[in-house]
Amino acid sequence: MVDAATETVGIRAARHARPKPSIFKRKSTIAFLMALPLIVIILLLVLYPALYSVHLATLNKSMERFVGFGNFEFLFKRETFWMVVKQSCIFAVTAVLFKALIGFFVAHFVHAIPDKGQRKWRGMLLVPWVIPPAMSTLAWFWLFDPSYSAFNWLFALVGIDPVPWLGDPYWARFSVILVNVWYGAPFFMIMYLAALKSVPEQLYEAASIDGANWWQRLWYVTLPMMRNIISITVLFSLIVTFANFDIVRVLTAGGPIDQTHVFATWAFKLGIEGGDIPLGASVSLFMVPILGVAAIFILRDITKRGNEA
Amino acid sequence: MAAAIAETKGGPSRPSTYGSISRSRKRALVWSYFFLVLFAIFFLMPPIYMFITSLKTSQEISAATNPWWVFNPTLSNYVELLTSNQYLTFFKNSAIISIVVVTITMLVSVPAAFALARMKFWGSATLATGVFLTYLIPETLLFIPLFKTFAFVYEYTGIQLINNWWVLLVIYPTLTVPFCTWIMIGYFASIPKELDEAAIIDGASYFQTLTKIFIPVALPGIIAAMIFAFTVSWAQFLYPLAFTTSTDQLVLPVGIITTLIKGDVFNWGQIMTGALLGAAPPLIIYAFLMDYYIAGLTAGATKG
Repeated sequence: MVDAATETVGIRAARHARPKPSIFKRKSTIAFLMALPLIVIILLLVLYPALYSVHLATLNKSMERFVGFGNFEFLFKRETFWMVVKQSCIFAVTAVLFKALIGFFVAHFVHAIPDKGQRKWRGMLLVPWVIPPAMSTLAWFWLFDPSYSAFNWLFALVGIDPVPWLGDPYWARFSVILVNVWYGAPFFMIMYLAALKSVPEQLYEAASIDGANWWQRLWYVTLPMMRNIISITVLFSLIVTFANFDIVRVLTAGGPIDQTHVFATWAFKLGIEGGDIPLGASVSLFMVPILGVAAIFILRDITKRGNEA
Repeated sequence: MAAAIAETKGGPSRPSTYGSISRSRKRALVWSYFFLVLFAIFFLMPPIYMFITSLKTSQEISAATNPWWVFNPTLSNYVELLTSNQYLTFFKNSAIISIVVVTITMLVSVPAAFALARMKFWGSATLATGVFLTYLIPETLLFIPLFKTFAFVYEYTGIQLINNWWVLLVIYPTLTVPFCTWIMIGYFASIPKELDEAAIIDGASYFQTLTKIFIPVALPGIIAAMIFAFTVSWAQFLYPLAFTTSTDQLVLPVGIITTLIKGDVFNWGQIMTGALLGAAPPLIIYAFLMDYYIAGLTAGATKG
């Protein structure tokens, strides 16, 4: 072990010593040039706008005067703002929870059937994720139509009263979450299926021999083995769901009476449609804390894995 | 199939009372199929309902008949949309944008991933992490400052960026490049070092190492990244909604929503046809290249 380590160090030292420093320098220059377009895109089109939105948030509506935290003070006094905060959190947490649960169980069902049929089922079940969300949300919008709802038609067959899917605030909240779960659950399914496949079969055999039942196998073998992938998909999905725009925008556009707005749609309404760019920027900045927290967790995960490798 | 194998493995000589494992396995299989069918119905219902509606006339849609069945199927919605210049313009805009964005993304992210995976330079490790974090910054945070920036650009240079479809060519790479670079780093890192060392010893330049060795070997990864870039640019909704308004500049998702929905009159047959045709390119790609698609999807989390 020690010998091997010193040997590799020796090889590395020799490799470092052989080429002239000018070549070595040139290599890093070439590498930098190859990465330059990427750096430019990140700096100019991601980092700069992100910082610029902080600046924008401190200006008044006509963007001529610095108002400090004036926009935030204004937001804090508005009831709609607190409702959007609440709705965004409920929306993201509930949707991610159900996506993860459904994804987990469907992955198990797919994993349980014979290998031959798995490809077919997997392909079928991933379809919601492939369709552009703006398009599929239109289909949901039509399924929820107040007068021609195909769901209500089915409900009428079994004697259930028509449901005001998008007309009633509570049902509208339910509907946007339902559509989001429908769209996102297949992604979880695919990730968990990949994770399930990587659990060695011997572990289950050993657990069975020790007399573990179905629940114990799940709790003591499957879940610990999948922990990494579960945490990273949940974090990813939390970010994406928290910043969701398409589904809410197409399905309810924030209505009825602003009850289903999330940060992104409300920022769009205030900033682009309402013409108050600083206020819209202030609203969208409220997405940053959760992104920051998620980023810290993911970053920790990456460095941990980097050390293992 | 698996149940059958398990049974034969268990040995035919055993008394039937010990067959409980295979029996419970069979029962689990039946339950799995039951729930899979249930979830498949849930997952496939909207696209199927899209298709059902797209075959109906307006009269049939507004009649109080069974909405889940087509009594007088017609292709008139398809014919009308595919001969309408407006819809074809949307389709053309979407197609050009997606293809160009895929090209730009590959030209940027493949060399960058090569540099980050193989040729270390000052700050390259930080940049690799930065690339990943960029992927986490959602477009919903950036559209307002970008909108304002474009207005500034117009003020100072006279170049009108807003309400031009090609401005999307500039912004879409921000959505595709970070993730594609990230998964390409993963693919390139998995190529054995001996391969490119041999090439360098044989006198290949870095560019030749990239084009002759890395790109062919990592081709599945590149295809997966291309599929990702295409689907993302095809489906993008917020940026075109914020930055383009006149009907000849719109892309498909925004075009369908803003032009086919006219006030309170919803021509649902046409809307569903338009949405279905708009969903077709990603679905077709998915149908033929499913394994690459799924590889790209899972690479982001598992390769990191």
